[in-house]
Amino acid sequence: MQAKDIAELLNEPACTHNTKSKSGCARPKPGATAGGCSFDGAQIALLPIADVAHIVHGPIACAGSSWEGRGTRSSGPTLYRIGMTTDLTEQDVIMGRGEKRLFHSIKQAIDGYAPKAVFVYNTCVPALTGDDIGAVCKTAAEKFGVPCIPVDCAGFYGTKNLGNRIAGDAMFKYVIGTAEPLPVPPEAQRPGITVHDVNLIGEYNIAGEFWNVAPLFDELGLRILCTLSGDGRFHEVQTMHRAEASMVVCAKALLNVARKLETSYKVPFFEGSFYGVTDTSMAFRDFAKLLNDPSLTERTEALIAREEAKINAALDPWREKLRGKRVLLYTGGVKSWSIVSALQDLGMEVVATGTNKSTEEDKARIREIMGEKTKMITDGSPKALLGAVKEYRADILIAGGRNMYTALKARIPFLDINQEREFGYEGYSGMMELARQLALTIQSPVWQSVRKASPWAKSSVPGIELGA
Amino acid sequence: MAEILKRNKALAVNPLKASQPVGASLAFLGINRAIPMLHGSQGCTAFGKVYFVRHFREPIPLQTTAMDQVSTVMNADENVILGLKSICEKSNPALIGLPTTSLAETQGTDIKRLVKDFYTAHPEFAHIPVVPVNTPDFSGCLESGYALAVKAVLETMLPKKTDNVGKRKKQVNVLAGSFLTPGDVEHIKELVEAFGLRPLVLPDIGDSLDGHLTEMESSPVTVGGTPVTDISSMGESIATLVLGNSLYDAADFLKTQTGVPDYRFDCLVGLDAVDSFVAALADISAKPVPEKIERQRAQLQDAMVDCHFMLGFARVAIAADPDLLYGLSRLVTEMGCEVVAAVAPARANILKDVEAAQVGIGDLEDLEIAAGKNGAQLVISNSHAAETSRRLGVPLLRAGFPQYDLVGGYQRLWVGYRGTRQALFDLANLLVEHGHHEPEPYVSIYSQRTGERRATSAAGRH
Repeated sequence: MQAKDIAELLNEPACTHNTKSKSGCARPKPGATAGGCSFDGAQIALLPIADVAHIVHGPIACAGSSWEGRGTRSSGPTLYRIGMTTDLTEQDVIMGRGEKRLFHSIKQAIDGYAPKAVFVYNTCVPALTGDDIGAVCKTAAEKFGVPCIPVDCAGFYGTKNLGNRIAGDAMFKYVIGTAEPLPVPPEAQRPGITVHDVNLIGEYNIAGEFWNVAPLFDELGLRILCTLSGDGRFHEVQTMHRAEASMVVCAKALLNVARKLETSYKVPFFEGSFYGVTDTSMAFRDFAKLLNDPSLTERTEALIAREEAKINAALDPWREKLRGKRVLLYTGGVKSWSIVSALQDLGMEVVATGTNKSTEEDKARIREIMGEKTKMITDGSPKALLGAVKEYRADILIAGGRNMYTALKARIPFLDINQEREFGYEGYSGMMELARQLALTIQSPVWQSVRKASPWAKSSVPGIELGA
Repeated sequence: MAEILKRNKALAVNPLKASQPVGASLAFLGINRAIPMLHGSQGCTAFGKVYFVRHFREPIPLQTTAMDQVSTVMNADENVILGLKSICEKSNPALIGLPTTSLAETQGTDIKRLVKDFYTAHPEFAHIPVVPVNTPDFSGCLESGYALAVKAVLETMLPKKTDNVGKRKKQVNVLAGSFLTPGDVEHIKELVEAFGLRPLVLPDIGDSLDGHLTEMESSPVTVGGTPVTDISSMGESIATLVLGNSLYDAADFLKTQTGVPDYRFDCLVGLDAVDSFVAALADISAKPVPEKIERQRAQLQDAMVDCHFMLGFARVAIAADPDLLYGLSRLVTEMGCEVVAAVAPARANILKDVEAAQVGIGDLEDLEIAAGKNGAQLVISNSHAAETSRRLGVPLLRAGFPQYDLVGGYQRLWVGYRGTRQALFDLANLLVEHGHHEPEPYVSIYSQRTGERRATSAAGRH
């Protein structure tokens, strides 16, 4: 990928902060950098497409340390969970055999696993030696009759966020618009309900959480053509251009896809979230608004009223336990503001939030929800996070998995909110799980035990009073 | 002698291999107040970090030189200098490990020269040892990267030949291989101490990655591990215990440099292997084997007798890094099992000695195929093999890296009489729980018991 292509990807007209200097231009600081690379971002965005063979083209480090690392779920095929890599050797690099190995790898994947398509992820070494994965994919697709999609996402191109965009770009360039959706089967038609086709962009179905929401879509007569990419299928991605509306679910990661669908195929989009009662309801209302179907609007309001009443009643006992608890939120992929709204629904107080990966618009939204005084944390180092927990007297740290043990070592209750997590929090029913997990850690008796000095200790040691 | 089958397919499916830079990082994580910085793109470090965090359930210090597009194409030398400077200033570590990745190696970095350049540019950090090591991930595996890093530490910390053998009369060097868990290292130290000796373990992940709550809330460098000052004194020990064939190269260097005599062990599981280890300790200390250890030995023997009913003829499939694969193959064959599928991610000298007819260089798909073909009843491998064994319909005993689905794997004790005994119990129990020894119930076609299932042929006629 050339520098100008990267620059173009970093230019996202649909972002309100696009006029500012590009975050991608800030070079990572050697010896003081955290976070994943473009390959990481691209893989996260596309790996959930379940019936595709995902081949990582490179030496072992890229796939070897990362395969089977995601909590995304599929309701059908499990091909996406099979780790595949060309595992380039020293000889491959020296002799320039990478392209050849890739070609044979694609064949092996097709012969052995009959995928609907093959995605090839480029990594640093073949990008540096100049393997033309685009050409290999083209040849392989012609020869084997299976779509082969190059995703040129070498780690040194930039950040995880850039990787998300590269992934979206590849989908738009090579996949979207290459097939038509099937007609709605007559037995699925219900009188008085016009079926509308919609997309969800950036929904990853972590721990199966989207299944909390999916039945409500069915009820309203919204057919999800494609979720890019949780529990997705290759054919569904091909048909995204036929949707009547799109919802961008996870921050700005795949905003470029939504924007291009709008400009090229006139598919309007909105940004929303399924975290929290308020936001979930808002998402359904926004769909109804974009689709402009009075019957749908009516049914949507009825559904919201019913679901909100139900979940509010169910959440009441949990709110008792959680009311007034102070939260420090440090999120990565998941929109800070959407989690904030979910926590506020539970009566909790978010005392500070991390905004490292948030866009200007996200930050504005946080201010809107939490007030101007909200502390925004940009330094995500363990020391800074723990300092902030103390400073704001937080009862719990909510952050990504890699910070989990930072919190636990400091004897601070913790909730994992990132891709690797084990529990799904989306939708109305997801709030129950969120409340349960929050209460489970905050109220756990272990915190008292681990903060307690041994009976024979003469004096208290630092750290023991922490947060007690 | 096992036949080695080399990799014969283009695509690695369900990789078994973890990379050399990850292995090198693990070795550095066993040194006190150290931090590894991978020379590569930031993703190399991010993935490595998540890999270890999931396995050990600990915060892991790991940094990156963060090569981007410009430095990848033009020159990344400055990244290394800047990165080292930044870490020295911010964290004041006792040691910095500097493994390369294949990105830096393909670019053609001269990592050793860069360390010299760093000291020239920043003499104020001359007291902080930086250990460069070439560990491209297009060669080797976790184990070889770890071994290269151990050797590099010795080369950096023991630059001159010395002749001080036995100056510290009770000090015994232990070069600990990557197949050892923190629990193993702890136990090895106990065994050595039982003979009145002082173990100096390099690297000591038993002290740094054992998972304990400390008074310190967070640290940018490792907490615990081999003290850097101790490493310089390795030439004054009375003996070196080398644990793992992969470390023999590093051991050769240590021996040549210091003249300290060494005792080498390919594995520490199974009665015979542990016997020779304990005998060596008795020899070094010139003391009788303590009562407690004798007792543990007798306990193991008892367990072997008890478990042989379940384990005899059991067909086992193992996929692991070479040293671990060798040890596990010895463990199960000593009990009368047969290793019907053995896979290692990369070549190593020890593989020819693995107790199996063939050892494949490959991935978990290879293991799955071989295990299925040869009717394996049990799989021993890492957490990735959970899906493999599920598809095979046989139980899995988790061993090696990474173990992320169940808790406690990182701490499990495998070695010594005690570790061996527990491994035998677990293996036997898995087979008991998942075994099907009894015939399927049969109901006669003439059965008078109405409502119950009859043999299919008869049932079809009604």
